[in-house]
Amino acid sequence: MSSDDELMSGGEMLARALRDEGVEVIFGYPGGAVLHIYDALFRTNDIPHVLVRHEQAATHAADGYTRASGKIPVVLVTSGPGATNAITGIATAYMDSIPMVVLSGQVPTNVIGEDAFQETDMVGCSRPIVKHSFQVRHASEIPGMVKKAFYLAGSGRPGPVVIDIPKNTTAPGEQYPYHYPKDVRIRSYNPTTRGHGKQIKKAADLLVAARRPVIYTGGGVIQGNASEQLIALAKELNYPVTNTLMGLGAYPATDRQFLGMLGMHGFYEANMAMHHADLILAVGARFDDRVTNTVAKFCPEATIIHADVDPTSISKTVNADVPIVGAATQVLEDLLKQVRHLKGKKDCAYSSEAIDRWWTQIDAWREAHGLWHAPRYQSRSDDIILPQQVVEALYRVTKGEAYVTSDVGQHQMFAAQYYRFDKPRRWINSGGLGTMGFGLPAAMGVQMAFRDAHVACVTGEGSIQMNIQELATCTHYNLPIKIININNEALGMVKQWQDMQYGGRHSESTYADSLPDFVKLAEAYGHHGMRVEKLSDLEYAMTECFSQRDKLVFMDIVVDPEEHVYPMLIAPNGSMRDMYLSKTERS
Amino acid sequence: MKRTLSLIMENEPGALSRVVGLFSQRGYNIETLTVAPTEDETISRLTLTTSGDDRVLEQITKQLNKLIDVIKVLDLTEKTHIERELMLIKVRAEGEQRAEVKRCVDIFRGAIVDVLPDVYVIQLAGSSSKLDAFIEAMSEAGILEVARTGIAGIARGAKAFRV
Repeated sequence: MSSDDELMSGGEMLARALRDEGVEVIFGYPGGAVLHIYDALFRTNDIPHVLVRHEQAATHAADGYTRASGKIPVVLVTSGPGATNAITGIATAYMDSIPMVVLSGQVPTNVIGEDAFQETDMVGCSRPIVKHSFQVRHASEIPGMVKKAFYLAGSGRPGPVVIDIPKNTTAPGEQYPYHYPKDVRIRSYNPTTRGHGKQIKKAADLLVAARRPVIYTGGGVIQGNASEQLIALAKELNYPVTNTLMGLGAYPATDRQFLGMLGMHGFYEANMAMHHADLILAVGARFDDRVTNTVAKFCPEATIIHADVDPTSISKTVNADVPIVGAATQVLEDLLKQVRHLKGKKDCAYSSEAIDRWWTQIDAWREAHGLWHAPRYQSRSDDIILPQQVVEALYRVTKGEAYVTSDVGQHQMFAAQYYRFDKPRRWINSGGLGTMGFGLPAAMGVQMAFRDAHVACVTGEGSIQMNIQELATCTHYNLPIKIININNEALGMVKQWQDMQYGGRHSESTYADSLPDFVKLAEAYGHHGMRVEKLSDLEYAMTECFSQRDKLVFMDIVVDPEEHVYPMLIAPNGSMRDMYLSKTERS
Repeated sequence: MKRTLSLIMENEPGALSRVVGLFSQRGYNIETLTVAPTEDETISRLTLTTSGDDRVLEQITKQLNKLIDVIKVLDLTEKTHIERELMLIKVRAEGEQRAEVKRCVDIFRGAIVDVLPDVYVIQLAGSSSKLDAFIEAMSEAGILEVARTGIAGIARGAKAFRV
């Protein structure tokens, strides 16, 4: 600290620290405990602030913003209910390893623990769903804590960090010298970036010797910006690639080597290739239960190489034969280097004939049941719309270039299956926590990051009602999001499970008589609403929707309520090759 | 299998609750836990005992290392090490029993730290199994109260486990 450090209150220091950190947007909602901070922002700062209509939406908007742009935004909420409302969004970000800094107000230090008005133990409430958290004890700690919070949130395996700020520490009366640290060191935190050389060599030896390999990658390749390195390695080897729900876009979907998504509602060819593989290279994926099906029957013949920046992800559910701890970019680069080195040798085990035979097998699977090879759905009548057709129309009209956010349920799976993402950071959904209500606020965040881009929120009439109030925020900030509401008048995924496993008893999953008129609802907020009921109108309506560049358009599209999502892994006790392929077929 | 883990962590508010929370959150059990600051007051040393197979223990160790406040984790079970626990025990000591209890305390190398006409408070340190044996020995006399610290552990040899 030098003598020329400017004197500031805690609130002013916070506002300045955010600017010095390069924060470009704050998503927040004011309240008693953060009034000093809001006043400091008003007086001293030039960071744009988005006033949401519910704190949950602030966290999802921040989440969407960072998933699309890679930049870390800030969430600012008040104490008590403001903080607890943010919890769902923090948990969503935590499950998907999304960096975020959440500033929560707190009651003054001297009344903490006295059940003061709007007091809640935010550090305690958020503890299991944050990467780390801090509580400010003294105003002078604020700049250092902000610096640490951004460093922790964005490095290693990213995640949300909470700073809980008692009101008195931001009071305007007391001033302290402000100094923003240039860098930060935390003695207990040294994330590994580079994979161990010996492990890389071992992995490369196995890779070139594989006869039925699959490269399986997840959100880590997206978050780690390693798409380019993934493509280079896959191309060098001519190996098939599958992405998890979180990893879509890491490998171009329209490329021949892409097998589609794997797992619960994954592609037939992807799941079959996994099951029959002799080698799996997993990068930035965590062998989630939505991927593996029964762990004991998972990939029975495969040797598993597992690279992840977080050692706790390795051998957590599925044992890794070759574990590599390191960042995706670095590990993939090192692997490529070593593979090229091996392929340059005379006695290299790589066999392009064997890989060709593997491709022949994969192509046969594609031809039999691949979702992109031929239409795998059938309409009950000519003019009834199927949800798959909605996503296909969206894909055509936006030429595959849109940012697509989704909520949770059938529409999410249809979007993941039928929108072919060629680029990373275009597909934005709550994969781990499965948070309904995520889609619209996440789309707001994406649109804030890319004001001129097409942003589509593929949702359902169930999910959209969980954060419908954000239509007002979209009006406030002129966010021309396109809401694609796939309306089947039911909680479709719940209903599908009830059809398949509960004798068709639709317990609390339908509500057709109480649905709002979405067109009028959108118009009430100043947006444009459209209702589409016939297949013959779909393409035109979709084109019309996206031609309105400056307006939020709410497309309420009525679809066949009987449609199910397939393929679907058979559980319990199934392996990855056990799938329902339609209402009447199984693998 | 029983395991003894030793942790060096930041002496920060909330650090202990992160460790304890991790165990309940992920369904691991804690059998004993002791914690106190070290000669460097910015650092706390924590010893805990848990049980689980190698796979569970690998996860526990990795998850503990992942906590930002945890600086180092050592599995003492894998090393030759010393474990000690302290117990304060209040037992009935009247009539003929009184001399018998005193003899027993001497055999176990404990100390009587509070004397009442019909009650002794006894202090005893040692391995957990020694403490168990003493409790067993006192059961006839009549145990009124037991307070045990849980074990503190340290590896044998000159090599130091520190930051």
